[in-house]
Amino acid sequence: MNGIPIEHGILLSAILFSLGLIGVLTRRNILFVLMSLEIMLNAAGLAFVIASARWQQADGQIMFLMILTLAAAEVAVGLSLIIQFYKRFQSLDMDLLSKLRG
Amino acid sequence: MTLLLFYTAALIAVLATVLTITRTNIAHALLYLVVSLLSIAVIFYIIGAPLAGALEVIVYAGAIMVLFVFVIMMLNAGKKSEDQEKAWLSSTSWKGPSLLCFILLVELLTLFDEGISGTVTTQISAKEVGILLYGPYLLAVELASMLLLAGLVGAYHLGRDEQVSEEDSP
Repeated sequence: MNGIPIEHGILLSAILFSLGLIGVLTRRNILFVLMSLEIMLNAAGLAFVIASARWQQADGQIMFLMILTLAAAEVAVGLSLIIQFYKRFQSLDMDLLSKLRG
Repeated sequence: MTLLLFYTAALIAVLATVLTITRTNIAHALLYLVVSLLSIAVIFYIIGAPLAGALEVIVYAGAIMVLFVFVIMMLNAGKKSEDQEKAWLSSTSWKGPSLLCFILLVELLTLFDEGISGTVTTQISAKEVGILLYGPYLLAVELASMLLLAGLVGAYHLGRDEQVSEEDSP
């Protein structure tokens, strides 16, 4: 890790994850919620890479690659859902989705 | 020196993320999110994971953010977006992100300078990751490709126009 204490790295990733969680919980615009989800996924990936650098094993980076793939697939599906949502409701307010329950 | 670089990049990451989740304009939030991802890429480089850093820039800050920009542009067509374009030309919207990006650039240049003199010694190279990825983790690669295919089919199915599908099946 070139002299960086692992606690500080993990702390940074925890802070970023909490910020993403706060974003998911407080924002009502659905695009902001998707962006906050990206922040949370990214923070998880950061924790994996930091652990990988601490023990000098490449396994953590492979988990990071998997998270990257997951984020890409999630964004593609999520954004096309948002486009459909906008076509029906002409709005990005997430609370309108409560009408979806059967 | 490495510690100073790490803490500066970490500070920029936290600051940019806070600014991301507090913006009201989605385009400004996106700019700060890109800065946050770039600073995390610099952190990856500092702790000796250059492949992860490069992928963070290419896939996260590049491809995924471009998708977001596409959708924002699609949803904002019309008179409202014209006013927005005018507002973007004023310097207030891009001054903050470009300042943070400049600090990151200075950090990266310092790192390259140090890397030549041999401070960044413990690195996990792309070769190691590649050998592991196509050895013990081959099944994970296959699963990832299936996931991407499912994402592609799902996005195509959800994103197409409904009128077209009705004409196709009379």
